[in-house]
Amino acid sequence: MTDSYDAIVVGAGHNGLVCAALLARAGKRVLVLEANEQVGGAAITREFADGYSVSACAHLLYQLQPEVRKDLKLSPRLASEDMTTIALCADARPIRLSAGSVEGVADKDAEQYRRFRKRMTRFSDLLRKFFNKPPPRLGTKDFKDLFTLGQLGLDMRMLGREEMQEFLRLIGMNIHDEVTERFENPLLRGAISLDAVLGTHLGPRSPNTILTYLYRLAGDHGRAAIPAGGMGSVSNELAHAARNAGVTIRTAMPVKRIVIDNGRATGVETVSGEQFDSLMVISNADPRTTVLNLIGAKYAETGFARRITHLRAKGNAAKLHLALDGLPAIKGLSKKDYAERIVIAPDENYVERAFNPAKYGESSPDPVIEITFPSFCDETLAPTGKHVMSAVVQYAPYALKGGWNEAAKAEFMQTIISTLSEYMPDIGQRITASELLTPADIESEFHISGGHWHHAELTLDQFLFVRPVNGAAQYRLPIDGVYLCGAGTHPGGGVSGAAGRNAARTILKREKAA
Amino acid sequence: MKTYDAIVVGAGHNGLTNAAFLARAGLDVVCVEKNDYIGGATVSRNLYKDWWYSNCSYVCSLLRPEIYRSLELHKHGLQVTPYGGSVQFMESGDYYGSYHDPEVAYREMARFSRHDADAYKRYSADTMRQCRFIRDFLLSTAPDPTSFKPKDLKELARIGGKFMDMGEDRMYETIRFWTMSVAEYLDEYFETDVIKTALSGSGIIGTALGIHSPGTAYVLLHHYMGDVDGNVGSWGFARGGTGAVAKAIAGALEAAGGELRTEAGVDQIIVRNGKAVGVALDNGDEIKANIVVSAMDVKRTYLTCMDKKDLPEKFYRRVENFKIRGSSGKVNIALDGLPTFPALPEGSSLYHSDMHFIDSMERMERAYDDWKDGTWSKDPYLDMTIPTLSDPTMAPPGKHFMSCFVQYCPRQIDGRDWTSEEKDAFGQTVINQIANYSPDFKDLILHAEIRTPQDIENEIGITEGNIFHGELTMDQLLFNRPIPGYAQYRGPVDGLYMCGSSNHPGGGIMAAPGANAAREILRDLKRPNTVPENFGDD
Amino acid sequence: MSLVREPVHQGRLKTPFYPRVEKLDTVNQWHEWKGYSSPDALYCSEMEYFAIRNGTAVFDLSPMTKYRITGPDALDFLNRLVTRDMAKVKPGRVAYAVWCDDQGQVIDDGTIFHLREGEYRLCSQQRHFAWFQAAAIGFDVSIVHETEDIAALAVQGPTSFSVLNNMGIQGLDALRPFGLMHVDFQGAEMMVSRTGFTADLGYELWMDPVKALDLWDALFEAGKLHKIRAIGTEALELARIEAGYLAPYEEFLPADETIRTGRSRSPFELGLGWLVDFKKPNFNGRRALAEEKRNGSKWQLVKLDIDGNKAAHHSYIFAKEKGNKDEIGFVTSAAWSPVCKQNIAIGTVLAPHGKPGDTVWVEVYYQREMHWNRAMAKARIVDKPFWFPPRRGATPPGPY
Repeated sequence: MTDSYDAIVVGAGHNGLVCAALLARAGKRVLVLEANEQVGGAAITREFADGYSVSACAHLLYQLQPEVRKDLKLSPRLASEDMTTIALCADARPIRLSAGSVEGVADKDAEQYRRFRKRMTRFSDLLRKFFNKPPPRLGTKDFKDLFTLGQLGLDMRMLGREEMQEFLRLIGMNIHDEVTERFENPLLRGAISLDAVLGTHLGPRSPNTILTYLYRLAGDHGRAAIPAGGMGSVSNELAHAARNAGVTIRTAMPVKRIVIDNGRATGVETVSGEQFDSLMVISNADPRTTVLNLIGAKYAETGFARRITHLRAKGNAAKLHLALDGLPAIKGLSKKDYAERIVIAPDENYVERAFNPAKYGESSPDPVIEITFPSFCDETLAPTGKHVMSAVVQYAPYALKGGWNEAAKAEFMQTIISTLSEYMPDIGQRITASELLTPADIESEFHISGGHWHHAELTLDQFLFVRPVNGAAQYRLPIDGVYLCGAGTHPGGGVSGAAGRNAARTILKREKAA
Repeated sequence: MKTYDAIVVGAGHNGLTNAAFLARAGLDVVCVEKNDYIGGATVSRNLYKDWWYSNCSYVCSLLRPEIYRSLELHKHGLQVTPYGGSVQFMESGDYYGSYHDPEVAYREMARFSRHDADAYKRYSADTMRQCRFIRDFLLSTAPDPTSFKPKDLKELARIGGKFMDMGEDRMYETIRFWTMSVAEYLDEYFETDVIKTALSGSGIIGTALGIHSPGTAYVLLHHYMGDVDGNVGSWGFARGGTGAVAKAIAGALEAAGGELRTEAGVDQIIVRNGKAVGVALDNGDEIKANIVVSAMDVKRTYLTCMDKKDLPEKFYRRVENFKIRGSSGKVNIALDGLPTFPALPEGSSLYHSDMHFIDSMERMERAYDDWKDGTWSKDPYLDMTIPTLSDPTMAPPGKHFMSCFVQYCPRQIDGRDWTSEEKDAFGQTVINQIANYSPDFKDLILHAEIRTPQDIENEIGITEGNIFHGELTMDQLLFNRPIPGYAQYRGPVDGLYMCGSSNHPGGGIMAAPGANAAREILRDLKRPNTVPENFGDD
Repeated sequence: MSLVREPVHQGRLKTPFYPRVEKLDTVNQWHEWKGYSSPDALYCSEMEYFAIRNGTAVFDLSPMTKYRITGPDALDFLNRLVTRDMAKVKPGRVAYAVWCDDQGQVIDDGTIFHLREGEYRLCSQQRHFAWFQAAAIGFDVSIVHETEDIAALAVQGPTSFSVLNNMGIQGLDALRPFGLMHVDFQGAEMMVSRTGFTADLGYELWMDPVKALDLWDALFEAGKLHKIRAIGTEALELARIEAGYLAPYEEFLPADETIRTGRSRSPFELGLGWLVDFKKPNFNGRRALAEEKRNGSKWQLVKLDIDGNKAAHHSYIFAKEKGNKDEIGFVTSAAWSPVCKQNIAIGTVLAPHGKPGDTVWVEVYYQREMHWNRAMAKARIVDKPFWFPPRRGATPPGPY
């Protein structure tokens, strides 16, 4: 049986849903096919132990773009918002960082932090402008490209001479130098370093980590929130908006391939053998999966296929879910602090040392960890009196030497628990069930090649004009009728919706022009 | 007391070059040097019997041919003798050599991987394209992108035009090249670990970065520039050791009527009424001049040799935050004879090459991890040469001088100065690594000089002994070098200029900062320009 | 630790035929060809040239780069790689082909031999293993570099058919141009193709290097009465220009080796539009070439018939005789053709110049007793090869 659509979106991740909804609202007949049972891709809530649910991959919302909220009239319900980051220390009081201030540090650091955040916020606002439009092409005579480029230059100049100098200096720099130049307090340096490297294959000393730090801020200025009902509720809201706009969403329909006929996309074929016809196929999957698995390198040209194989997308972030029979005691924390974001990154060198082994395919013996207790403010997630801990643990390299077998996972689990125990001595006794998703698990569960949450490393050589690779940075693949709309495209990952929105707008503009 | 037109502080190759071009424009110039020898780190020293040591810099590949020719350095005794090739000794007992003859080089590569042997030409073309792109900017002042001055806008437009001329695809490749790590760049061409290792060294020499650090692909260019000119002998040893370069430039300076004063360390650059007016020497003497040009690194210039109150506060802070990091040391050895490397065939041309004793990317990167941990690499990356195989003047016949550049080696151990035991242990680390591949090596050692960044800093004066006077990261390149807004060789005080390697385009015996600074100074003084233009090449 | 290995061979390699070629050599002029020693000439390149046009010339092709391409996707792989439709090239046939990068710029040209169903040999001047590996992503295909495993000889000239016939090769009379067949040579398999670089009657022989010297001896024995001669590169080069064939590094540069933008060429710009088959839905360079087809090409390859007899090496080409401002291109290969008694050249000019029948002017520099002279010579653009005798295609070939 075949069925025909104006556009088929492969994958109901949040970007896929945003893209589908916007296309449908422009009058397109849109079908979304999702491999898993639920919509959301890596933005879902699911049960991981009897009675315990968790945001299975992404767990904090801080980048959802205002433009996306506005276009789709989203208003996610939040269980915890404007979260403070509490940086733990094994033998001293923790410090608390919020968007504008930091507590628990010397006055000089507090003042420096205020200034630092102010400047970073300004720069991230500049970046954010560009995150919400497709990157221009270079070297064309197209008026729109030139205009966008000119605007980029103008916006930079609008910063003022000194700030522009600072922007141009900082953009390629590492976070290590910036935090060591500015701050005395090791916890403060560690916490900021962690924010710069979370989700990447970079250490604080790697140039480029200012950019990744700015990236985090380019949404709600770094204000994190936990959606009520977990991240899945955001996806459900998006799916609802999409359906309301007329989108057909079919779950448990893994796509086997994008059908290329006579050099162009004509539809998709599912694993179950169903065919759906459409002259436009939009892939929410990562670029590697899209080109090499769904389409097939043979349908692309060699240079392009080669670039895709060189795309760096090896995840380092593992996700840890613990079912707890009660909240663990954490030194220096009061009860209400469990609603906040808690990090273990005692100083910038600790973070760097955690990164070192990842370069050689080894996991960190002393990992850095970002922790939330979503059940603390959302009782739907765990049985009464019980709790859920959701943590991002780094570094757990995708390409672990010897592979992520059960033994390797058990060993890393042990490492994590012993690290946690230094800060939460009774955590070991509290655990009733656990789940560790390594990048390899994330790859297989969420179909993200390399298990990287940005789908492609967020470095300058895979950024803006060259994200994911030259020749596909405008959401269009060099294969007629195929588009990308996922995190692997500009601007990148995080539950932001920017890529999906940009892709939809690009497609619609193209149609209008044609 | 006499007032000079200009004082140049520091008789390293850049200071000398700057002074020579100023003198040629008719300025009354004096170049002052704290040591009793000239050259700074561009030096040959007689440290043991009849041996001459290139005890800091050791190869001559980057010296701009325009400057060489313009200053007629051949007339002042400079002669560069070519050498080439390289070898990586492998733990397996095998080795990977690279050879002058491209077909032999091809066959050697194909022994490891046919794919890599064929990929090499694309790699060379792509890398050469980037070299050509930046080569044009070496002998010109970096434009300030935040300025609206016609000169800056014109230069920006020129660079933009050159960039656009590459065509869309190559523009993207250029952006990627400038931001990538050398390891990732090489991964896009090659599959063989030892071949990538051999090529990666050039991406990190002189930097406090690892091969996986973004931005290191660009550093390759700083070491490939010698090839881009395509002139025979562009890679080579200066006959008589590296000091011959400084001597020749000093010859050009004196021929133009410039003055050279050694053992004249500058204690302070004197500023009066917001203008640099001269220098106070360590011995208390003062020298007056209309302008002062510092060839010292930017930190030493402003943090050590100037009064904080003479400088804008923000500028001072930025200088404090300028990154000059000690990342490499040297071990210089006098040898009683030529050590044998049993892995190599007898008489192999590879004896004349750069020798390396690391054979994997992982070992390269682990060497960096030690540095980050505040100590020297226990399995370091060595760039070892035996210049006496080509140069008969540096040691008695049959005897040899060996130069080992060692990376990584920090300025401080765990945040404090080196102890003499640590220094010896560092030297032993190097000697042992070589001895692993040369059983008779240790017995041939007559004398060894071990130089940590601390020693180089103390003797030469370069902060942290960094060969580039500052990291070559994007935040410190082009218009950011050394300090945004001060990238055009002018200091923050009237009459004060900078001409050392902390300035665009950076270090290595290139002499470009010295020459570029001279051009800017002569422009300000409304004097005819004596600095040559880039050789065009189209 | 001390695994002392065989050092990589320094200096030049010797082909399997070297002992014989070297024996015939009288002038000791050699050059390097992909690491091998190859003769410029063996006794006199002009006389050697006449072996090609009058008797049988034997040229040692062994250094030519060769790849064996097999596997279920071999045809699909090749079809994506090259611009022409390889499905039309049946087993036993040979095709001239070019392959491009994604920008539609020529990386190289070569010949593809369809040896047996699904089994191919690709021969080219340059080495492309890295590119072919990249092109093989997603295909079930095996690519083996086999340059050293195959000894090859070009046997070219009007009596070549007679020579090979004499040698006892059966079935040669039915072999058409661009055909190939497998024959037995002293118990070993030899591949014979009716191909060459001379635009004359001629063949190429391909076989196991072990039998190389026996083959040489048998060939020369069989050719004794048919004016057989070994030749060097200079003679072949002259024949190549008369044939109007392209040579890499002369008429084009491999695109992946160019450093300056705009120094590579597309198939259209090389007059090879006939090799580009847009009916194929995908091949490397297709998108860019389709765009070029729509918007027009920048360059046009031309064959020039130039007045006078002074070879126009490295000459500029002008649209008009007077006024050096309207320079439109340059000569890439030039020669005085002994058989045509024509002053011929191949060049490249800016489109839309270069249409067959157009007249252009060529600035020729020539030296006479130390002094250099300059002349503007009128030239006509021709579209046919300068030399293309009927015997080249005659099947069965005459005995000549």
